[in-house]
Amino acid sequence: MYTLENVSKTYRQKERTIHALKDVSLSIPTGQLVAIQGPTGGGKSTLLQMLGALDRPTTGRISLGEADLSGMPDAKLGRMRATEIGFVFQGFNLIPTLTAQENVETALEPLGVPAEERRRRATAALESVGLADRAHHVPSELSGGQQQRVAIARALVKEPDVLLADEPTGNLDEQTRDEIMDLLEGLHRDRGLTLVIVTHDSAVARRAERRLHLAHGTVTERA
Amino acid sequence: MFFTYLRRELAGRRRQTAIIAVGMALAIALVMIVDAVSTGVRDAQAAVLESVYGVGTDLTISQAAGPPEEGEGGGPGVRFEFGTDDGETTDDGTTLSNSRLTVDRGTSTFDASVLDTVQGVDGVAAASATLSLTNVTFDGDLPEPPTDQAAGDQAAAGDGTMPAPGEGGGGGFGGGAFDVTSVTVTGVDPAADAIGPLSAVELADGRGLDSGHTGEYVAVLDAEYATTEGVAVGDTIDLGGTGFEVVGTVASTSADAATASNAYIPLDVAQSLSGMDGLVSDISVQAASASDIPAVKADLEEALPDQTVSTQEDLAASVSGSLGSASSLISSLGLWLSIAVLAAAFLIAILFTIQGVTRRTREFGTLKAIGWSNRRIVGQVAGESLVQGLIGGAAGLALGFIGIAVINAISPSLATTSAPMAAGPGGEGGFGGGGPFAATQQSTEVVLSAPVTLSVVAMAVGLAVLGGLLAGAIGGWRASRLRPAEALRSVA
Ligand SMILES: Nc1ncnc2c1ncn2[C@@H]1O[C@H](COP(=O)(O)OP(=O)(O)OP(=O)(O)O)[C@@H](O)[C@H]1O
Ligand SMILES: [Mg+2]
Repeated sequence: MYTLENVSKTYRQKERTIHALKDVSLSIPTGQLVAIQGPTGGGKSTLLQMLGALDRPTTGRISLGEADLSGMPDAKLGRMRATEIGFVFQGFNLIPTLTAQENVETALEPLGVPAEERRRRATAALESVGLADRAHHVPSELSGGQQQRVAIARALVKEPDVLLADEPTGNLDEQTRDEIMDLLEGLHRDRGLTLVIVTHDSAVARRAERRLHLAHGTVTERA
Repeated sequence: MFFTYLRRELAGRRRQTAIIAVGMALAIALVMIVDAVSTGVRDAQAAVLESVYGVGTDLTISQAAGPPEEGEGGGPGVRFEFGTDDGETTDDGTTLSNSRLTVDRGTSTFDASVLDTVQGVDGVAAASATLSLTNVTFDGDLPEPPTDQAAGDQAAAGDGTMPAPGEGGGGGFGGGAFDVTSVTVTGVDPAADAIGPLSAVELADGRGLDSGHTGEYVAVLDAEYATTEGVAVGDTIDLGGTGFEVVGTVASTSADAATASNAYIPLDVAQSLSGMDGLVSDISVQAASASDIPAVKADLEEALPDQTVSTQEDLAASVSGSLGSASSLISSLGLWLSIAVLAAAFLIAILFTIQGVTRRTREFGTLKAIGWSNRRIVGQVAGESLVQGLIGGAAGLALGFIGIAVINAISPSLATTSAPMAAGPGGEGGFGGGGPFAATQQSTEVVLSAPVTLSVVAMAVGLAVLGGLLAGAIGGWRASRLRPAEALRSVA
């Protein structure tokens, strides 16, 4: 359960002040699949950073369950990201020198999971995204869709409460996009994940339970 | 995970690893070689000094030679006095032969009672006096015909004897063939072998001088000199016109350097033959402990206002010749070159590490986004740099060993000229005359060997670690400043 109260984020660039988020109040119940749409520069990624404990709002309050993300020191935010929040990025963001298996294991590194269990859980996560046979390939040996599956496995292996995805299908063709969306939807359904997807793609947004529109830093609900 | 990631990064970014490692390797190899060569030069200097001054000698007392003065024997050459009886007139002309034992030019003598003063100073464990002499032999025919003998004699002149270029001055002899040879002779206290020049030698044949030899016409020869002269134990040699029985031969304990003198004779005999009764040229002093040396030096200087007191360090400065040049070359050029190359290698490592971190902005941002702590990421970057440094260090160590082995295989030979025993600082002034006999300086050939010491290896490894950590610390600091939100930056 996310609760945002009057969340604003301003970036100061030399003389200019950019209001990326303006007074956003919003709540996202646990287990909801939310799609965020809006024009470029509207503040979607900024909102996702606040939800993902990557950054703190300039003013306002944001909490995930009992945890106040707006008032936490960096180290605690890092801890939140390590345990509660999974990320999927438009550019996949896999470590290019590590194999698929090792990339998934990186998510368990900050949790201090012993090597044996780490390997087992990473293998299981890769299996759940249908990539067991690609475990020992490096990202450059995988297709875009396969790379995004590895990234999803990495986000899920720590069994988070929340999965945040910024344009997860932005770099994929339509067929692969649908496969990835099927996968994400299935995870949301089976594990009760709160899933927030930022997307330009209306085909993706249509599959969400709730659609938000973000333009000029202001959120509006869409039916 | 740490090691897997580390291994994958180094293997996956081979070029960066190779550039950093090669830079580091070259720098470390250079530092090793410079260090080994300078150790070699230092060892050679010590070996030369040791052979001249004796192993246990901590301090040397001599009298600074003033400018040559009339009546002090400081004239422009050894004066041969040929009386009417000295020549042997034959049908071919007159054959002259004269052998004189004199104090080295440039050497000043002082009263032997100084030894008692020295022995009375606190902290002096032992002291012994020596008198450095040169025996100059003149052989010649007047006038013609020239004989082949001259050339033969000259060729026989061994180490330490300079074939005196005296012939040139002999124009007045109207083409007569004559030959001047000089032999270095040191008068030593036969009873004192623990200190002084004979403490740095070992017996090659026969026996050494002992207290029973006081007043005896006996000599111990440098083994190399004895060999070149064809003299063996039991033979008699001529010094100052007097026959000396050769009782033994000695060789330098150091393989690198010759002994200080061609011949060693009892001090009292040396004094009376050279007309230097009661006079000595040097006193070797052993301090009770090494830490006392500065205090003993100060006390001795106070007690002996007329003499010069030199420590081994002072004397090292007087070792000149190509060894001296090598020493100064190594210490100046070598030092700066290795500092420059090392700095360049460190800079390359740092710049490439920073560049690597910048290139991996999204990677580190992503790792932060999935919960990696700053410390963990800094550790990863530092670990990578450290291993790159160590790879460079290992390669540098190998390269350095090869370089040192090459130097030792070539084993360059350095000629060294140390100032004569009596010449402390300022002693060179005595050579102002520049006569043909200035060759009474001790001349020694030393072979330069560059030893590989444990400290060289430790230093190489230390530098590799230092360079790696430095680059890692700076790169890690950069990485730690990246915001986790960098992960969300859209792909170019
Ligand atoms: N670190 C930053 N410093 C300064 N300005 C920023 C920063 N991050 C974002 N902004 C600005 O904030 C505004 C919102 O950016 P944001 O990335 O949230 O937009 P977006 O909706 O994700 O756009 P897109 O669809 O192009 O990804 C933009 O004007 C952007 O330039
Ligand atoms: Mg965006």
